[in-house]
Amino acid sequence: MNRHECECQNGCCGLCCTKIENFGVTLGRNQILKDVNLHIHCGELTALIGPNGAGKSTLLKAILGEVSHTGELKFMDAKGSRNGKPIVGYVPQSLNMDLSSPASVFDLFIASGSVMPAWLFATKGMRKRVVESLERVNASHLIDRRLGALSGGELQRVLLALSLDPMPQLLLLDEPVSGIDQNGMELFYNTVSELRENLDLTIILVSHDLDLVLKYADRVILLNKTVLCNGAPKEVFRDEKLVRTFGMSWYKSLEQGGED
Amino acid sequence: MEFMAGLAQYNFLKNALIAVLIISPIFGILGTMIVNNRMAFFSDALGHGAFTGIVIGSLLGLMEPLWAAVAFSIVFSILITAIKNRSKASTDTVIGVFSSTTIALGVVLAPLGRVNVRNLMFGDLLSITLSDIIILMAVLVAVLVIWTVMFNKMLLVSINQSLAGSRGINTLLVDMVFTSAIAVIVTVSIQWVGLLIINSLLVLPAAASRNIASNIRQYHLISILLALVSGITGLVLSFYWDCATGATVVLVCALFYFITLGLRRRFT
Repeated sequence: MNRHECECQNGCCGLCCTKIENFGVTLGRNQILKDVNLHIHCGELTALIGPNGAGKSTLLKAILGEVSHTGELKFMDAKGSRNGKPIVGYVPQSLNMDLSSPASVFDLFIASGSVMPAWLFATKGMRKRVVESLERVNASHLIDRRLGALSGGELQRVLLALSLDPMPQLLLLDEPVSGIDQNGMELFYNTVSELRENLDLTIILVSHDLDLVLKYADRVILLNKTVLCNGAPKEVFRDEKLVRTFGMSWYKSLEQGGED
Repeated sequence: MEFMAGLAQYNFLKNALIAVLIISPIFGILGTMIVNNRMAFFSDALGHGAFTGIVIGSLLGLMEPLWAAVAFSIVFSILITAIKNRSKASTDTVIGVFSSTTIALGVVLAPLGRVNVRNLMFGDLLSITLSDIIILMAVLVAVLVIWTVMFNKMLLVSINQSLAGSRGINTLLVDMVFTSAIAVIVTVSIQWVGLLIINSLLVLPAAASRNIASNIRQYHLISILLALVSGITGLVLSFYWDCATGATVVLVCALFYFITLGLRRRFT
């Protein structure tokens, strides 16, 4: 696969990384984000957490270029040359998707990756390619399913497969707030985690499930208009700012979980 | 059989049939995206824009008010799209404001431009001429070209804007090309189909198809097929019943919609 030749094993990854420098977003008179500085290494799963309205989704949209922002997004590849903007893959929150459309999973892939219009005949090569993409997330059996007929977890995996074709350098995941059961969630995190290892991807994940973040993330960023905390999950989760943000009950449950 | 004899005898009937064979697929195709994007109200407003465009066109004393009307409608549609994307007001409200303002302007100006309002309201499919048919052909070709080049992008934008943006699609541009296409077809065909029912023709075949289609290809095929069948059936029925053609076509379309609605559970 398109492995970035990155020597992250030694812990230093100056060679392949994504830098977000001085990001700020102002919409109308509201400053949504300011002074966001992040340095994310390849092969890391970075979870973005924060209260509602903290600007998590806005940050993703700014990285995508959908919302205008100040500051710079830089990507450096394995050879150390500045690549400018990275190839970004994006998995939207499935809540924001229009699922009443009679488009099938296959149509979705054709629409985003083919010059042949989806209403015409698709080539066999295209179908094969889509099956391969879907196999990455164990979802090839869903290819002819209507988008609206997928469960929340299935849709999430299909969107993940879509975001990996073409292979991105930076993968942005906006996790749904609801609509996916616990099993589906675990399955999704497992898949993402595997991908990160196999493909050496840089992943930024907006998450609402702190338990899963603790279990799977390599790094946690607590965001509330700006970066409040940034570090390994265990560190960030013991930070008092996090307790202040999410309340004492969460902290206690972490303590109890830690004793097991 | 009487209809066949009529076809041989009257040129206007033959022209009307040819026009139906061209307009129906156009409406069937455009409708798929109108319904997908929840733009039924929007295309209705474009009809109002087209009406005012025609009035302004004749007011300017142009030989062919149609071209002035097309230009006006395109500007109108781009304006709505731009404001819709900028403003925080709900899309419904923005469209409602524009739609009612233009139609009022059109009605006020209509007597000055000596426009037959009644004709534009109800349309007259039997008034179609050979040169109109050539224009319709050109529109059909243009729609097919746009649909071939841009459909994938439009589909992705309609499913999720951010997803489309992350794939390098200029969502605003896609929106504008699409709405301009609707504006043109609505303006061109309004004098034959009529302001009051043109939107039904755009929306109904696709809405019916959506009930039973399980992928994009089926969605298009069924929509075009239903538009064609109801177009022809409507023309024939109106010939026998001696009633307005456009409205008859809409009734047949509506019938198909309710039938597919009943079948819906079996398909999805």
